[in-house]
Amino acid sequence: MTSVAPPAVEMLRISGLHAFYGESHILHGIDLMVNRGEVVTLLGRNGAGRTTTLKAILGLTGRRTGSVMMNGRETIGMAPHRIARLGIGYCPEERGIFASLNAEENLLLPPRVGSGGMGLEEIYGMFPNLAERRTSPGMRLSGGEQQMLAMARILRTGARLLLLDEITEGLAPVIVQKLGQVIRALREKGLTIVLVEQNFRFAAPLADRHYVIEHGRIVEQVDKADLSSRMNTLHELLGV
Amino acid sequence: MEIFGIPLRGLAGQLLIGLINGSFYAVLSLGLAVIFGLLNIINFAHGALYMMGAFLAWIGLTHFGINYWAALLLAPLLVGLLGIVIERTLLRWLYQLDHLYGLLLTFGLALIIEGLFRYYFGISGETYEVPEALQGGVDLGFMFLPLYRGWVVLASLVVCLATWFIIERTKIGAYLRAGTENPKLVQALGINVPLMITLTYGFGVALAGFAGVLAAPILQVNPLMGSNLIIVVFAVVVIGGMGSILGSIVTGLGLGLIEGLTRLFYPEASAVVIFVIMVIVLLVRPAGLFGREN
Ligand SMILES: Nc1ncnc2c1ncn2[C@@H]1O[C@H](COP(=O)(O)OP(=O)(O)OP(=O)(O)O)[C@@H](O)[C@H]1O
Ligand SMILES: [Mg+2]
Repeated sequence: MTSVAPPAVEMLRISGLHAFYGESHILHGIDLMVNRGEVVTLLGRNGAGRTTTLKAILGLTGRRTGSVMMNGRETIGMAPHRIARLGIGYCPEERGIFASLNAEENLLLPPRVGSGGMGLEEIYGMFPNLAERRTSPGMRLSGGEQQMLAMARILRTGARLLLLDEITEGLAPVIVQKLGQVIRALREKGLTIVLVEQNFRFAAPLADRHYVIEHGRIVEQVDKADLSSRMNTLHELLGV
Repeated sequence: MEIFGIPLRGLAGQLLIGLINGSFYAVLSLGLAVIFGLLNIINFAHGALYMMGAFLAWIGLTHFGINYWAALLLAPLLVGLLGIVIERTLLRWLYQLDHLYGLLLTFGLALIIEGLFRYYFGISGETYEVPEALQGGVDLGFMFLPLYRGWVVLASLVVCLATWFIIERTKIGAYLRAGTENPKLVQALGINVPLMITLTYGFGVALAGFAGVLAAPILQVNPLMGSNLIIVVFAVVVIGGMGSILGSIVTGLGLGLIEGLTRLFYPEASAVVIFVIMVIVLLVRPAGLFGREN
């Protein structure tokens, strides 16, 4: 034996999670687990419940039951801002750039939720476009710039767990490539990432493990090592 | 000297009255705008809380010997605290529902508050002395400026501009603007939005309380003083655009001036001119002069 992997430390453990929007019951008992430093994807067809799973982790759905443990702490009864302050950064599907704030105000908006966040210089080094657009109003930014900004603003905060929803959706290939580099760099830094992706080719090489969601349940779990042998199953489930 | 056959002194005097009314419109509609932006509630209790500010100043002076300057601080504080209680106990339950429920609830609150004050103080009205330091006035040559009236305009302007600055240029303001757009996401980023909502309502109604204290020495302190004013203020808010900060300040002052000029040139129309403008604005720009259409 030449190297010993550090023992896995659990960061996020979801068990029997049910979530509702009003009367509609969307998640039907999600179980999944993410260790510190892992990159995990949530795959599934449109409407499967991937976005809802991320929202339910943060308490943004309606009623939710079951268990969501963050670093060993139960969060099911907590308000969203308290959950976020446990060290979670959220990049929503619609990006959520605030139109009435300029780019830098957007970037500086989220409060610190942990130690060791990236400095402004480092962030502008990673996303040079944003440095040029500092004073532009949020609504004037292009789709790619908005996506960069939505990512950048959660890197400042010291969040150790990032929930990223469809960050490549609708973006040009160069930008998608750039985002792939960013994810790799973040993994190097030891951040933990849950990635919701439609673009399987983008997600496959980045992730340690894939979960497939269907009708609000986890129907398949594939580790990186088994990816090539399980490809057919995945293709069938995702219809790609 | 005369302008359009109107003596300059008369013109300046009416403009000053317009400016004073405009100051009250601006401070009150600013509070409504801040509240509506974040809470999505049309705060019908605003007029009653303005009246309460005036009464607190009067009660403070006559029963406890609290002078005007202390009242200017304490009355808004008390009104703000009452606002915080109202938000925590009543408004909190309405955010998921249509605007209409907030409007009905705050309208009911206004009736209760006014009813209580009528019961205890009657409707004859009380007078509040102009504070000693601001009695008298100065002759500016083209007009005589009563010091207290000048103070009202100045204090209102300072409060409006400070509020505008906080909202548009500070971190707290960035939270507020972001929360106005998407409160759920702001909370998911780690900001205590429920607390922010409570404080915003408290601040908005404290502005009304502040306007009430300013008004006490000019107008009669009367349980109905709020409901008389608030109808016009709602017209101002509609003209400026629901929820717009700058819009409410500019529109408030502007309409006060227009009202003053109308009183001079065509007095018969002065009571309705704001509502006529409201109708025209609603026809041409339904979201208001400064409102965003969506
Ligand atoms: N606010 C809402 N109210 C009611 N139902 C909703 C709401 N948001 C989503 N749903 C429903 O919940 C189900 C899961 O939606 P979700 O957004 O989680 O899907 P998804 O897997 O992210 O897919 P995609 O992003 O491709 O639409 C869908 O059937 C959707 O219609
Ligand atoms: Mg989705």
